[in-house]
Amino acid sequence: MKILTGNDLKTGDVTWWTGSSWSRHIEDAVDVGDAGDGILETESAAQRVNSAYIIDAQPSDLGPVPSHIKERVRASGPSVRPDLCIKPADPAAGNWTN
Amino acid sequence: MYQYDKFDQQLVDERVAEFRDQVERRLSGELSEEHFRPLRLMNGLYLQLHAYMLRVAIPYGTLSGPQMRMLAHIARKYDRDYGHFTTRQNIQYNWIKLEETPDLLADLASVEMHAIQTSGNCIRNISSDQFAGVAADEVADPRPWAELLRQWSSFHPEFSFLPRKFKIAVIASEQDRAAMRLHDIGIQLVRNEAGELGAKFFVGGGMGRTPMIAPEIRDFVPADDLISYSEACMRVYNRYGRRDNKYKARIKILVHELGADEYRRQVEEEFAHIKTLNLDPPLAELERITALFGEPAYDTAAPDDIDLSHPGFTAWVKQNVSAHKQAGYAIVSISLKPVGGIPGDATSAQMDLMADLAERYSMDELRVTHSQNIVLPYVRKADLFDLWQQLDAAGLGSANIDLIGDIIACPGLDYCTLANARSIPLALKISEKFADPEKQRDLGELKLKISGCINACGHHHAGHIGILGVDRKGVENYQLLLGGSGAEDVSLGKITGPGFDEDGVVAALERVTDFYRKQRQDGERFLDTYRRLGMEPFKEVIYA
Amino acid sequence: MPDILNFRDRAPSEEASVSLDAFLDQSNANAVKIEPGEDARLLLPMLDRISLVEVSFPVFGDGRGYSAARILREAGYTGELRGSGEILVDQINFLRRCGFDSFAPQTPLSPAAVDRALSQFSEVYQATGDGRSPVWALRHG
Repeated sequence: MKILTGNDLKTGDVTWWTGSSWSRHIEDAVDVGDAGDGILETESAAQRVNSAYIIDAQPSDLGPVPSHIKERVRASGPSVRPDLCIKPADPAAGNWTN
Repeated sequence: MYQYDKFDQQLVDERVAEFRDQVERRLSGELSEEHFRPLRLMNGLYLQLHAYMLRVAIPYGTLSGPQMRMLAHIARKYDRDYGHFTTRQNIQYNWIKLEETPDLLADLASVEMHAIQTSGNCIRNISSDQFAGVAADEVADPRPWAELLRQWSSFHPEFSFLPRKFKIAVIASEQDRAAMRLHDIGIQLVRNEAGELGAKFFVGGGMGRTPMIAPEIRDFVPADDLISYSEACMRVYNRYGRRDNKYKARIKILVHELGADEYRRQVEEEFAHIKTLNLDPPLAELERITALFGEPAYDTAAPDDIDLSHPGFTAWVKQNVSAHKQAGYAIVSISLKPVGGIPGDATSAQMDLMADLAERYSMDELRVTHSQNIVLPYVRKADLFDLWQQLDAAGLGSANIDLIGDIIACPGLDYCTLANARSIPLALKISEKFADPEKQRDLGELKLKISGCINACGHHHAGHIGILGVDRKGVENYQLLLGGSGAEDVSLGKITGPGFDEDGVVAALERVTDFYRKQRQDGERFLDTYRRLGMEPFKEVIYA
Repeated sequence: MPDILNFRDRAPSEEASVSLDAFLDQSNANAVKIEPGEDARLLLPMLDRISLVEVSFPVFGDGRGYSAARILREAGYTGELRGSGEILVDQINFLRRCGFDSFAPQTPLSPAAVDRALSQFSEVYQATGDGRSPVWALRHG
């Protein structure tokens, strides 16, 4: 699946496209299929997201899991300071970087 | 240390106002991200993997107690209660909000601090020897020259859109404690036959994708030619540095492609012209700055002996305390590398404590080192024991300076969008594996440096042992390098062979250090044994 | 033709500038446009017949034009020195300090924003030949 991730312009928080808005929780992210580029253009122009891009992810029962380790770290927080980030709903997300 | 006059303060305040306006225009949509990006980078603000990251400048690594307290305040008020000291003597905060950055910069300006040009394609923080001003072997304090260059390079109209970033280091001794030869411009202060102080210029060093050692370009630049000569070096780069390929845009590529002789010729030609323009400040300006770095009021009656009856204290003195040029005094290195701790990170509480200790024991001054540690430069030997006890109680007493436990690691994939692999978890594993202090002391001086990608912010090319994290089809992989040095015996580490996974590289490290202990002769450090034996015997042991 | 932002006493030149190659060929042209990779020093023998040098900034991040401008002013060029292309208000201050006295930005600049940018900094740290006294000169009279 393809999902979108970016940052909130004011706060820098990592956000994920839900189909209608930008959430700080990856489990809210939806598959955008081929429509990613168009959504990015609209949302960036409206300043609802900053520096967003398309990534590959695998669906799971508890939400998408990014395919590349970099985005798994982005979603689950610095692996050495998990106390510092919003954690995905998946209780196994702490293992995403193992 | 340097103190702002009204001009310095005004410039920093006006810069804050300029950035506040730029942020407002970005938030309103008047400025696109594409146009805003270089502006925020020139104020040290990155967009990183989890949030905005701000890199605050600590010019030539020197700061006062009140400034350290402000860094603690910034961590508490604007971030998540900690900061990371970097290999270029700066500090980074990882969880900054764009909308709060102007206020943050205003707070910094109130104690003569800023984040000016800590990123972007411009001249960056000028680094120096962490023992400047107190080392017995320096010809003079290099920092006044660094301050002169800092002012000259700040908001330079001609050189703010260079092909790439530009890093300058200034030292003043034969011993190189600042990896000077691995900078875009490295300057060593020397004295000529008449005893006059001048700058020896090395140009074209760097790490990253194509590491190079800077060749000497001029053996003596007098103080009143310093700015003109620097302008000439920069103008040749600005005009002819490559702009077609980001990975070939540093000055080291230009110097390499032209050859040092041709680069030198072009600089001399440009210098002859620029010298006619009267751009150099009068010597009185360098003298004014130098006077601010004057000798502190040393206690000349301070006792010169240390009671070494306490074993824990003695171990710490042996590793963390260096000789001072003034009798009765010592230079103290505070290790930010406790076993199992993130290298270079300090909590706001630890920053406050270090500020208090600096005020009490070090004439209110501290330094940041290239190894991501902190130095107290003016400690009376008589105070060392009390100081150590307080550091130890706060988890800042690790007696591991320059030992294998003193790991240098970039933030890596845990924080950085550029990274290919995580560096911190590897550092933690190694730290635990080699935790035994006796084992560390037995291995002796062993500079281990870890980078999470080829940009080499962990300086892995300059490690006695270096580790480079790479992305191997989406899986983290680690290459091992041996034999690098950032000191005056500068050399670039060589890759041993195929890479390893995280546990594999830790095991390889053990095989390498065990082999060293078996092979060493006559008090050789690891680096010496490697240089004597060469790569082959080590390779056999690693890949057996 | 985009509006010219003009800082000269007189009106900006309306001549169409020719390329550097064309200029070096022709003896009657007196307006020339140089691209980032071209050497401004080639114009030095002919400065007295030039009334306009246009320095192109195809992308604002390519800073070669700043050096080209300074080289021309340092050689004594007093004609119009125009920055054209991707000229943004946040670079106006640097551009003026390097000697540019007119601009042809591809996106028009707001006069208020330009004024603000030019008055942002009361003093300067370095001498560039624009006549402003650097801070070190103010400190030491």
